[in-house]
Amino acid sequence: MNILSLFVLIPLLMLLGLWIARNLNQVRGVMVAGSSALLVMAVYLTISYISLRNGGAEGEMLFVAEVPWFEPLNINYSVGVDGISVAMLLLSAIIVFTGTFASWKLKPLTKEYFMWFTLLSTGVFGFFISTDLFTMFMFYEVALIPMYLLIGVWGSGKKEYSAMKLTLMLMGGSAFLLIGILGIYYGSGATTMNVVELAQQNIPGWMQNIFFPLVFIGFGVLGALFPFHTWSPDGHASAPTAVSMLHAGVLMKLGGYGCFRVAMYLMPEGLSMWGDFFLVLTTISVVYGAFSAIVQTDLKYINAYSSVSHCGLVLFALLMMTKVSSTGAVLQMLSHGLMTALFFALIGMIYGRTHTRDIRQLNGLMRIMPFLSVGYVIAGLANLGLPGLSGFIAEMTIFTGSFQNPDTFHRVCTIVAATSIVITAVYILRVVGKILYGTCTNSEHLKLTDATWDERLAVICLIFAVAGLGLAPFWVSDMISGSVEPIISHLIH
Amino acid sequence: MEYTLLILLLPLLSFLVLGLAGMRMKHKLAGGIGTFSLAVVALLSYLTAYSYFSLDRTAEGVYPTLQPWNFEWLPFTESLHIDMGILLDPISVMMLVVISTVSLMVHIYSFGYMKGERGFQRYYAFLSLFSFSMLGLVLATNIFQMYVFWELVGVSSYLLIGFYYTKPEAIAASKKAFIVTRFADLGFLVGILIYGYYMGTFTFTPEETNLMGAGMVLPWALGLMFIGGAGKSAMFPLHIWLPDAMEGPTPVSALIHAATMVVAGVYLVARMFPLFIAYAPETLHIVAYVGAFTAFYAAAVACVQSDIKRVLAFSTISQIGFMMVALGVCTSADPHHGGLGYMSSMFHLFTHAMFKALLFLGAGCIIHAVHSNEMSAMGGLRKYMPITHITFLIACLAIAGIPPFSGFFSKDEILTACFQFSPVMGWVMTVIAGMTAFYMFRLYYGIFWGKENKQLHAAHTPRESPLSMTFPLMVLAAITVVGGFIPFGHFVSSDGQSYSIHLDTTVAVTSVIVAVIAIALATFMYAKEKQPVADALKRALPKLWRAAYKRFYMDEIWLFITKKIIFRCISTPVAWFDRHVVDQFLNFMAWSTNAAGEELQPVQSGKIQSYVMCFFGGVVVLTILLLILL
Repeated sequence: MNILSLFVLIPLLMLLGLWIARNLNQVRGVMVAGSSALLVMAVYLTISYISLRNGGAEGEMLFVAEVPWFEPLNINYSVGVDGISVAMLLLSAIIVFTGTFASWKLKPLTKEYFMWFTLLSTGVFGFFISTDLFTMFMFYEVALIPMYLLIGVWGSGKKEYSAMKLTLMLMGGSAFLLIGILGIYYGSGATTMNVVELAQQNIPGWMQNIFFPLVFIGFGVLGALFPFHTWSPDGHASAPTAVSMLHAGVLMKLGGYGCFRVAMYLMPEGLSMWGDFFLVLTTISVVYGAFSAIVQTDLKYINAYSSVSHCGLVLFALLMMTKVSSTGAVLQMLSHGLMTALFFALIGMIYGRTHTRDIRQLNGLMRIMPFLSVGYVIAGLANLGLPGLSGFIAEMTIFTGSFQNPDTFHRVCTIVAATSIVITAVYILRVVGKILYGTCTNSEHLKLTDATWDERLAVICLIFAVAGLGLAPFWVSDMISGSVEPIISHLIH
Repeated sequence: MEYTLLILLLPLLSFLVLGLAGMRMKHKLAGGIGTFSLAVVALLSYLTAYSYFSLDRTAEGVYPTLQPWNFEWLPFTESLHIDMGILLDPISVMMLVVISTVSLMVHIYSFGYMKGERGFQRYYAFLSLFSFSMLGLVLATNIFQMYVFWELVGVSSYLLIGFYYTKPEAIAASKKAFIVTRFADLGFLVGILIYGYYMGTFTFTPEETNLMGAGMVLPWALGLMFIGGAGKSAMFPLHIWLPDAMEGPTPVSALIHAATMVVAGVYLVARMFPLFIAYAPETLHIVAYVGAFTAFYAAAVACVQSDIKRVLAFSTISQIGFMMVALGVCTSADPHHGGLGYMSSMFHLFTHAMFKALLFLGAGCIIHAVHSNEMSAMGGLRKYMPITHITFLIACLAIAGIPPFSGFFSKDEILTACFQFSPVMGWVMTVIAGMTAFYMFRLYYGIFWGKENKQLHAAHTPRESPLSMTFPLMVLAAITVVGGFIPFGHFVSSDGQSYSIHLDTTVAVTSVIVAVIAIALATFMYAKEKQPVADALKRALPKLWRAAYKRFYMDEIWLFITKKIIFRCISTPVAWFDRHVVDQFLNFMAWSTNAAGEELQPVQSGKIQSYVMCFFGGVVVLTILLLILL
């Protein structure tokens, strides 16, 4: 059996296990066993992918398998991975694993919560292993729907409103997407829905011009493209911790991944017509998100806007259309996924103790919960691009890559986007200074305790990943840039 | 010289050990680990310096540039990649000696100064992190590696300024320091990107063809890099973070904000000097003008400050201005014809690091003794603290430029270089040198002579510091006394060839006369118990005094930009726009869908009558339409 199918099969088995589970310990047992198995699989896949490539394996996708599913429409269950998907699978596995521990003590309806959580991961993993447009779309939907319930039932604050808003906006995006996918399929006149094979077909220029923006926006909504990003602050603010982690950490990456693999790869002519327009939007995203984050007072809002800025950078780098910048975009997806997950995990843990996320009501936490505070500082430093942590290598690859595009307009956009490194520092340090430093004035907070073992495990895993990527970027960078190559060479410069 | 790798690895290891396990250690053990690793680093640095400068010169008469280590850390393209490695050439070896010496002294000194402080282990962890980053910065083999460590020193500085994280001033200062330098780093980064693209490499020695092809781009790239350097080296108007950075522990100020990190900008310009001089001489002169203005401005402000660390901070800014000027006035790479500035700048960097660290550590002893930074709490301390007094005096004489102390020699070379560039520049810098002597002796008399705060000293008698604190003072004082006689030009010069320093008699005599007059004036004004002249001046020029005391309102401008412009005029409207325009538009769409549904709802009433009415109405309309059309 194909190793990739295990990434869907394990979560499905986990669902079954959760369904059978009788008590909390069994639920936890299933989750830990399943998510560790996924993590081990992802690490194994990464190692074997790299060694296969080093061994000279040819072909855009490795571990390819194809099973016909619905012949009349040429729908196949076809899987395969390249360096980009491997990186994303690894990211997803880490986040699912740590997310499990971050929701260790979640109540009520723990079993149901974890069932939806697992279904969501099924969709995510399925999306990244698919090479068939239709199955890709299907898994995409599978990943979106559980979000509604996870926020609506287990969320906080204006959860019904946020859940509805998030779902409607993302569904609106996927409506665009469906039209776009059908357009691609019929436009190419092909007898396949396989992305790699579709890329060899010729879709008429006028059709590309119509369908490119549909697909790009469809995925872009999930990638927090301005002005379709407003689901993100409300959605994150209301979502429970692990859902925020999974959402910002992985789900938003579906957007960037889809834009690259489907919109740009299959419709290069459409890209050359619309590229500059979307570049402006993404540049706005980058700066606008950062500026909005400066004045927020809710910790989750700050990170949601920060995600708008950082995910904007992903799309921005993709639209720069150079090999280096696209590599940077994937690195940024990886890095942003890890550090935002870390951020949301820590915010959730702080909120769980203090019951507030308002930075005006928090201060002096460093003395009270040193472990969580130090973790927060590290997450902050990663976010503002400190060398040695993952943010730096991603941003530097993006900016260096963007500068390889000799067009003046692209250069100006690059310099504008680069200002975000200063603004990021402003909002990160503002929060750190306000909530962690100083003296605690709230007597209630003085009684609080530091992280428990399950929380420590989640935080340490994520810090380890962030630092690992930041200190030894070469192996993952090589893996990604090798896979970016065929897509970039396909584009019109 | 493969062992140079240890110079980087030891502080890093010490940081990791102290950072991960430090909190469970006893203070002495934690401090011991940090100090021991730095002691080994210092020994290795001296060994490196000794063996490097005993190498044979190449055929061109220069010391060879060595790269004992270099590996590709982050690949971008075939030619562009960030490498991590170690580069040994005269200036990097010189910096190695400076950094490890001052850092070791500060490590030893901190044993006494930070004794019993909460977070002692964290302090040593950060010191190790800083030493690692700073050493990595000077040993960088390419501009991007320099940027990597440049950011790391910025963060170590942020962490150390904010060491007392319960103090609001310290939090604000650390934030300000990081953000101002980050803003400058943006310039640096864009400079690097332009440089990388046009030169096709991040190394310091691009291909000749690329250099020729770059044309007008290179001056811009170098100018942008200088902005980064100006931020770290506190050049006007990016200097505003440095005085506030004095909120950190005093030994930190000595190490980071006086001797090493703040001269990183000077080092950067010196590192790019061959390109500056060959392809962007005009940009280099801009460096000189910025440096000269900064030197003057800071000296003027230093004359009226009352917090002793602030005086020293402004003095640092002013002295770095001197180093920048020295680099900027170079007109050729030949030290005999207009290239003297390079050597003198590096020489001054070396001597200044020693005597300024000495001043700060001395100030630390004084603050330790009287528990205040304000000069009003001091006065007459010479009786209580003899060692601090003598060493402080030596440093003051050195910075004032009195022979035979080290500052005289290096400053004299700078002034000579300035006079070679233009007489105006020479005289301006001579005047600023005079101001330096004046404010330093104002400080000296204010602390050790002048009006004693007897009340305070009676309640709490100031005492000399323990040996762990006075020992570094004595070592640095010894270096300050003999440092000027080092044949510096033999090791470092603009074209790499051996250059023997010779004093220009006119310049030397003029500068000494100016310094002596300034010291005499300071003695006349501040040495006695009563200070009628100083008070009269303060009363006569209240506006000027106030403006200088308020540092010519630069901090108010900074607050205006951050609080008013960025916060109120950009961020708040952007956030408002997001919530009330972008988001409301989507809410409006949802609402209009809902409302349309509400409006259309009555149509589906369920009443058969109305359905029948609609049905027949429709039939009639269609029939009429058909009749007309057919």
